[in-house]
Amino acid sequence: MLAPFSGVLRTVSERGHVSTAIRLTNLRKEFGDVVAVDSVDLDVADGEFLTLLGPSGSGKTTVLRMIAGFEQPTSGTIELAGVDVTQVPPYSRDVNTVFQDYALFPHMDVLSNVEYGLKVKKVSKAERRQRAEEALAAVRLEDYGARKPSQLSGGQRQRVALARALVNRPRVLLLDEPLGALDLKLREQMQVELKELQRAVGITFVFVTHDQEEALTMSDRIAVFDAGRIAQIGTPVEIYEHPKTPFVAGFVGVSNLLEAGVAASLLGREGLWSVRPEKIRVLLGTASPEGSERAAAGVIREVVYVGMSTRFIVDLDAGATLIAVQQNSHATSSELGAMRGQRVTLMWNTEHEIPVG
Amino acid sequence: MATTTASPPKGGFGYRHPRARLAALLAAPMAWLVVVYLGSLAALFLTAFWTVDGFTGALVRTFTLENFVDVFTTPAYLQTMLRTLGIAISVTLLCLLIGVPVAFFMARVARPRWQPLLVALILTPLWASYLVKVYAWRAMLSPEQGVLAWFLAPLGLDSPGFGELSIIVTLTYLWLPYMILPVYAGFTRVPNSMLDASADLGAKGWRTFRSVIVPIIFPTMVAGSIFTFSLSLGDYITAQIVGGKVIMLGNVVQQNYVTNLPFAAAFATIPVIIVLLYLAAVRRTGALDNL
Ligand SMILES: Nc1ncnc2c1ncn2[C@@H]1O[C@H](COP(=O)(O)OP(=O)(O)O)[C@@H](O)[C@H]1O
Ligand SMILES: [Mg+2]
Repeated sequence: MLAPFSGVLRTVSERGHVSTAIRLTNLRKEFGDVVAVDSVDLDVADGEFLTLLGPSGSGKTTVLRMIAGFEQPTSGTIELAGVDVTQVPPYSRDVNTVFQDYALFPHMDVLSNVEYGLKVKKVSKAERRQRAEEALAAVRLEDYGARKPSQLSGGQRQRVALARALVNRPRVLLLDEPLGALDLKLREQMQVELKELQRAVGITFVFVTHDQEEALTMSDRIAVFDAGRIAQIGTPVEIYEHPKTPFVAGFVGVSNLLEAGVAASLLGREGLWSVRPEKIRVLLGTASPEGSERAAAGVIREVVYVGMSTRFIVDLDAGATLIAVQQNSHATSSELGAMRGQRVTLMWNTEHEIPVG
Repeated sequence: MATTTASPPKGGFGYRHPRARLAALLAAPMAWLVVVYLGSLAALFLTAFWTVDGFTGALVRTFTLENFVDVFTTPAYLQTMLRTLGIAISVTLLCLLIGVPVAFFMARVARPRWQPLLVALILTPLWASYLVKVYAWRAMLSPEQGVLAWFLAPLGLDSPGFGELSIIVTLTYLWLPYMILPVYAGFTRVPNSMLDASADLGAKGWRTFRSVIVPIIFPTMVAGSIFTFSLSLGDYITAQIVGGKVIMLGNVVQQNYVTNLPFAAAFATIPVIIVLLYLAAVRRTGALDNL
C-alpha cells in the first residue's frame, strides 16, 4: 500500500483549480522527411490520467518530448495551464518526466538522484532532505537512499525515477512506457500502484504505452495514435466498445472485422463492422436467433485453450473468420479439443455490432 | 577473469577445465610480459642499488642506498625532479583545459556524420614522427625569427623562447590526443536521456555539464591524465630541442647512464614510483576500467 504523500497533495490544492493542464493545438513534428506527429489536437484536464496508446513509431514519444520541451514542434502550440510554452526550454516548464530507460544519474546515490531537482532549484538542505525522503517513502524505497542505481533491480529503479520526478511536485507528470522493461507480474503490480499514486497526489499523468490492456486498466481517457495522428480519443469503455476506425478496433482488443460484403449478407448493413470476441456465444450444431440476436453458421478451425478462457477461431459460411472467447466455467480440455472441425452457430446481440467505418 | 563455475561436461579438456584453457591461451603473452616488461623494470630497480667504482668505472654489485641518498640530497637533482613534476602537472592541466571542451564539441555539438572525420583529424598528428613535430615546434617557438614571434611582433611581444614554457606548450601539443580520445569516448557514452533528465529537473546547460556530464566522464579524464602525466614525466627529447638550458628528469638519466648506470637507474626509478603512486590514487575513481 502507498504511504501518505502529504507534500504533493498540499501543493496541488494550493494551486487552485485549473481545468486544462495541457492543450496541444495543431501540433506537428517532422524529422527530415519523416512526419512523426501530424495535426494533433489534445486537451488534458487537470488531474486526469491520459494514456497515449499506439504501436511503435506512431509518434507517442515525440508528443511527450514536445510537451516536456526536448523537441521543438515544427508547427502548432503547446499550452501548460493556459500559458503558451512552445518556446519555453524544458528546465523552465512545470513538467517532469519518467524516462523509458529511467535515466538515473549513475554517479549519484538514490537520495541524491531524488534531491537533484530540488537542489537545482536551490531548495534549502533540510527541506530537500525531508521531501526526498517523503518521496522515497511514497514509492516504498525509504531504506534505499544510500544505494547506487546500479545496485537496484529494474522495478526499484523505476520507482526511484518516479520519486525523482514527483518530489518536484510538478503540475504534469509525463511517463514514457515506464513499465516496459518490467516482467509481467511486476508490471501488473506497478500498474495498480501507479494508478493509486496518481489518485493520491492528484497530478495530471500523461502515460505512454503500446500495451492496450495497460491503457484500458489505468486510464481516465485514452488517445489512440496511428502514424502520428490521433485516431480516436475517449474513455477506455468508449475506445473498446465503440472503436471508430478499423485501426482502433484492431489495435485495442481483437478486431473481428466483418468486411463490407460479409456485413451486407450477414447483417444486412452497409460498411465495415466489428464484434468483440467475448460478446459471441458458440453453440454446437444449428440454432436459431431470438429477439435481437444474430446467428452465423460456421466451422471451428482452431480451439486455443488459454487457462481462464478458450478462444475459438471460426470460419463463417458467409466468408469471414471470427474469434469467439468463452469462459472455461464448465468445459474440460478434452471436450474442447474434440470441438475442432465441428459445425457451430455463433450468436451475438445486434447491439454489439460496432460500425468501424 | 576465469570463473570457477562448474559447466556441464561437453567433452574436450579445455571445456572441462576452463582455467587450464585460459592458462594455455595466455601463456605466451604472459611470458612475454613478465620477461620483457617486468624483467626490465626489475633490472632497473636492482641496478639502482648498486654503485660504480670511482677509479675503474666498473659496476660494484653490492647493495647500497647511496644513489637514492644522492638523488634526494643534491639540490640540483631535487630541483630537476620538482621541475619535471611541475611540467607534467601543467601539461596535464592544459590538456584537460583544451581537451575536454574539444572532446565535448566532437561528441555532443558536431553533427554525427562529422564525428569520424574529427576523430581522424585528432589522430593524424600521432602518425607523424615525434621528432618532426618537436622540431616543428622549435621553428614555431624560436625567438625573433620563429612563426610565433612573427605573429606576436605587431603586438610588441616576442616568443617565450626556449625554456620551461616552451617545453610545456610542446608537450601539451604532443599528448593532447591522448586526452581527447578517451574523453571523447566518454562523452559519446553519456546517454542523451541523462541530459534530458537533468534539463527536465530544472538544470540549465552549465549546471548539467557540471553536475551530470563531468562526473560521468571523470574516469575518462583521469584515464587521459594518466597518459599525459606519465608521458610528460618520462620525456627528455622535447627538453633537449625546445628547452634551452632547462633539463628534465629524463635528461639527467640520459647524461648518466653511460658513466654511472646505477645512479641513472635510481633517478629513473623516481618517475616510475610517482606514476605508481598516481595510479594508486586514481584507482578508486574507476578510471582504470576505462584505459
Ligand atoms: N530524433 C529523431 N530523428 C529522426 N526521426 C525520429 C526521431 N525521433 C523519432 N523519429 C521518428 O518519428 C516517428 C515517431 O517516433 P516516436 O515518437 O519515437 O514513436 P513511438 O514513441 O510511438 O514509438 C518514427 O518514425 C521515428 O523513427
Ligand atoms: Mg516511444
